[in-house]
Amino acid sequence: MSKIGVFVCHCGENIGGTVDCEKVAQEAAKIPGVEVSTDYKYMCSDPGQTIIKNAIKEKGLDGVVVAACSPRMHESTFRAACSEACLNPYMCEIANIREHCSWVHEKGEATTQKALDLVRMQVEKVKKDLPLSTIKVPVTKKALVIGGGIAGIQAALDIANAGHKVILVEKEPSIGGHMAQLSETFPTLDCSQCILTPRMVEVAQHPNITLYTYAEVEGLEGFIGNFKARIRLKARSVDLEKCTGCGMCTTKCPTKKVPSEFNALMGLRTAIYVPSPQSVPNKPTIDKEHCVYYKTGKCKLCEKVCPTGAITFDAPDEIITEEVGAVVVCTGFDVAPTSEFSEYGYGRYKDVITGLQFERLASASGPTMGEIRRPSDGTVPKKIVFVACAGSRDAAKGRPYCSKICCMYTAKHAMLYQHKVHDGESYVFYMDIRAGGKNYDEFVRRAIEDDGVNYIRGRVARVYERDGKLIVKGVDTLLGGEQVEIEADMVVLATAGVANKGAEDLAQKLHISYDKYNFFAEAHPKLKPVETNTAGIFLAGACQSPKDIPDTVAAASGAAVKVAALFSKDQLLREPVVAVVNRMAPPVFSTCVGCSLCVDICPYSAITMENIKDRGGNVIKTVASINPGLCQGCGTCVAFCRSKSIDLQGFSNEEMYSSVMAALHE
Amino acid sequence: MEKVGLYPGCSLKGSSREYGESVVALARVLGLPLEEIKDWNCCGASSAHAVSKELSLALPARVLSLAAAQGYKELLVPCAACFSRLKTTQHTLMGDDERRKKIEDIIGAEVGGVKILSVMEWLEKYAIDAIKEKMNHPIKARVACYYGCLLVRPSGVIKGDRVEDPQSLDNLVKLAGATPIDWAFKTECCGGGMSIAATETVGKLSAAVMEDATHRGAKAIVVACPMCHSNLDMRRPYINKNMEKATDVPVLYITQLLGMACGLTAEEVSVGRHFVNYKEEEICQK
Amino acid sequence: MDNKDFEPKIIAFVCNWCTYAGADLTGTSRMKYASNVRVVRFPCTGRIDFMLLLKAFAQGADGVIVSGCHPNDCHYTAGNFHARRRWIVLRGLMDFLGIDIRRIRFSWVSAGEGAKWAQLVNEHVETVRELGPYEDYKKAADYLKEGVYNG
Repeated sequence: MSKIGVFVCHCGENIGGTVDCEKVAQEAAKIPGVEVSTDYKYMCSDPGQTIIKNAIKEKGLDGVVVAACSPRMHESTFRAACSEACLNPYMCEIANIREHCSWVHEKGEATTQKALDLVRMQVEKVKKDLPLSTIKVPVTKKALVIGGGIAGIQAALDIANAGHKVILVEKEPSIGGHMAQLSETFPTLDCSQCILTPRMVEVAQHPNITLYTYAEVEGLEGFIGNFKARIRLKARSVDLEKCTGCGMCTTKCPTKKVPSEFNALMGLRTAIYVPSPQSVPNKPTIDKEHCVYYKTGKCKLCEKVCPTGAITFDAPDEIITEEVGAVVVCTGFDVAPTSEFSEYGYGRYKDVITGLQFERLASASGPTMGEIRRPSDGTVPKKIVFVACAGSRDAAKGRPYCSKICCMYTAKHAMLYQHKVHDGESYVFYMDIRAGGKNYDEFVRRAIEDDGVNYIRGRVARVYERDGKLIVKGVDTLLGGEQVEIEADMVVLATAGVANKGAEDLAQKLHISYDKYNFFAEAHPKLKPVETNTAGIFLAGACQSPKDIPDTVAAASGAAVKVAALFSKDQLLREPVVAVVNRMAPPVFSTCVGCSLCVDICPYSAITMENIKDRGGNVIKTVASINPGLCQGCGTCVAFCRSKSIDLQGFSNEEMYSSVMAALHE
Repeated sequence: MEKVGLYPGCSLKGSSREYGESVVALARVLGLPLEEIKDWNCCGASSAHAVSKELSLALPARVLSLAAAQGYKELLVPCAACFSRLKTTQHTLMGDDERRKKIEDIIGAEVGGVKILSVMEWLEKYAIDAIKEKMNHPIKARVACYYGCLLVRPSGVIKGDRVEDPQSLDNLVKLAGATPIDWAFKTECCGGGMSIAATETVGKLSAAVMEDATHRGAKAIVVACPMCHSNLDMRRPYINKNMEKATDVPVLYITQLLGMACGLTAEEVSVGRHFVNYKEEEICQK
Repeated sequence: MDNKDFEPKIIAFVCNWCTYAGADLTGTSRMKYASNVRVVRFPCTGRIDFMLLLKAFAQGADGVIVSGCHPNDCHYTAGNFHARRRWIVLRGLMDFLGIDIRRIRFSWVSAGEGAKWAQLVNEHVETVRELGPYEDYKKAADYLKEGVYNG
């Protein structure tokens, strides 16, 4: 007969407010096999845990059920407590009577009855539980950082400086990300490149960092401490070893009119190109889509002029496999294009640009060398309108969220414009000014008060072109809803920050969750902001939600610390939730018939067929064998096995059956 | 070709007779089978929904019900206001079973599922080839296609793909040889039903539309809405006062323009009924 | 039959990563739903042996919910696809056995879809309430006991 302890938590009023906890404990005491049943205000507190520990010791319990919050919250807490009282931690189960009961149902008999049922289900499960021991797995002390923007750079440097190897993968030909495109940064107006480029160089030179640019992660297998990443090194048609970065090829390339991605399509580049003068690595890549040779089979001018013979036409993509122990995802964001905005001309007006394009205009290294000039005719705009919340906080556009950075960069843009065009007039249409942050609101006030930027609280209904001017029709809600019409020379839309184009695809490759806007989901919105729900994979930066630079850097360092903490151990303890094939001694008695169905359906290739031999070396039976290091405990094989020869520890057939039967207890 | 039902509504029988006549004339010359549905009633226009929600749904529901009962699969609704009311009613009732049952109870018949077509949808679906074939008097002028509000809004009901910059009229006038101008007031309000109650306001709003169209060199304004037509045409003195200059740019229905391009005479499409004279030599190359 | 006051017993077989977490979110968002459901947590819908679903009916469940991650979002890559295939097979079997297939609701609820979970439970409780209690198995068992054959 089992000796099970049931411990019902009130969680203050959270459970106790709707569930009669005392009654649940009393009723649970009547379940056969329950030795002790009690309730307490806060089971997770120190005195609460002591109640459990004492009961285990005094009554010699062989199983514990804690009726409290979700196992996602405190399963590990209570299992640790059991462990301290010398009870195998896997003999402890949680009945979720808070998230699944008290918080979702009204106070009443039915709710209390449900709580009791949930307890009963776990009591019956515990009766079938077996003591398990954690699995020890080695840790590969090498991290994979995906994305080479400021988040990836910071995370890579922090991990590398902690003494661990890092592989940094960037899909573009250079690292730097969006931050490299920015002109100045708020709230200090220091030059973005001046603070970023030293970091980029540091990455390239760090002995612990292996940098793969123009590369993408193709797939990730394995688990915390033991991932295997497949990385596609896209053929850049230039041998980085031989190339000296002299630039002969880019000056001679006949295709000179390709819109430059680095300049947010505002400037032009050649088909063989280096994204920017500060690129790392500062060596060119051939853009196959625009290269004359790749299009027509003729040209190869770059090959002729290259003094070191570094051009390698027709080299195939290379796929490499790297073993890593942890992954930090830092793939950043994108800005919504102006073409999304029908009311502002579907991207047809050249002088309606995005905030990112304005950054390039304002940047000293940009297409206009830092002068604000209209893309249409190159003149200096004398009147400029900034539209905040273009596509953000707009349910009609499918994005009810705030893009967070726009209020600040719009203030910065208006300020930069006023500093560069002294006789210019600037207007900002806004909904609210969200300037929470150190020195942020002061910065916005400076734009308004010192630099004379006209802030108009209201939305812009339409922008249209007329006689070379952009007519901006909006409303000033602070002036009693008066309609405002401004004849502007240029309009800058603070378009929404959106998830990167490939975000969904990458999330599926990495098996991490993402929200409906394709931003990656953190494990807990407050307490686990840099973790994902997949152990060993961490997040940093704007791939999670729009973030400014300080927040991004903080998150990246946070993720790096998590990685370093993981790498501080030589072995990891893993939950013993793994599949096992029944193998009574002698092993020939296994019910496994060797059909090998499970081998094919295992997503982790953890199952192989093993030949059992007699003393003479003759094969007498072939049975499935599971590698507990590779098994992730999904249990697909259990449901698939025709002869019920595989079971999943912690979620065994008996445990689940008992649990379901208990739920239907009369 | 299956017959399409025609719901003219009151405008096409009254103040905008020329629209109704030109729709019928165009259908005839293009060989499109069209038949006025029997026993139709007012759609409720701009007044019913200001008085009673139920009435504003029941009136159009009866029209839809008649069309379905008389065996039509598709119903052409040339008047933009009728089109809007009928579409809105269908949209509301299809998404709300309870309300549909109630309205069906009031009108004593099932609403049915007739497909509502605007003039543009009708022409796009059935007339493209016929226009290309019959076109013998290409229109060479630059014209401004003016949609107003009722043909494109609310976007959730009408479900056009370019709400702020619709293209259907533009594409049709291109077929007739005309050049549609790119302008900014395609979907702005003309003042609509305020024509009598607040004529000054209508004059101001319509003047803004007219001003942008003429400024960009339009020789005619092409519409598919009796309300837009009457405001831009009949309220021209108010418009001129607001623009501080006299404009004589005519306002034509799309059916009149296409009809003339396909060889109908000015009389056959009733352009003579307009307040602002239509000048054949400027628009049509005969 | 008027089943207005009938409170069906529903067992929900859910995966740990998406739907269990989604149901947790329903809780943290304090959304209310019918208390008829008892959730059984599995690591993955791919783990769910569908025989257990039939066992639940045999034991007196009036309805069953199976819910996991959306297609392509499975924590274990493909477990939910296996579950989906099994569901297609099970549907045929249930039909053959004479169990109304409306008694099982197969769905995807992600960790972010707290509201969807509440809606799913409420809808299914309503569906099963209209269908009435599931008594066929019990009747069949009684027949067996009493030696009645061919009904």
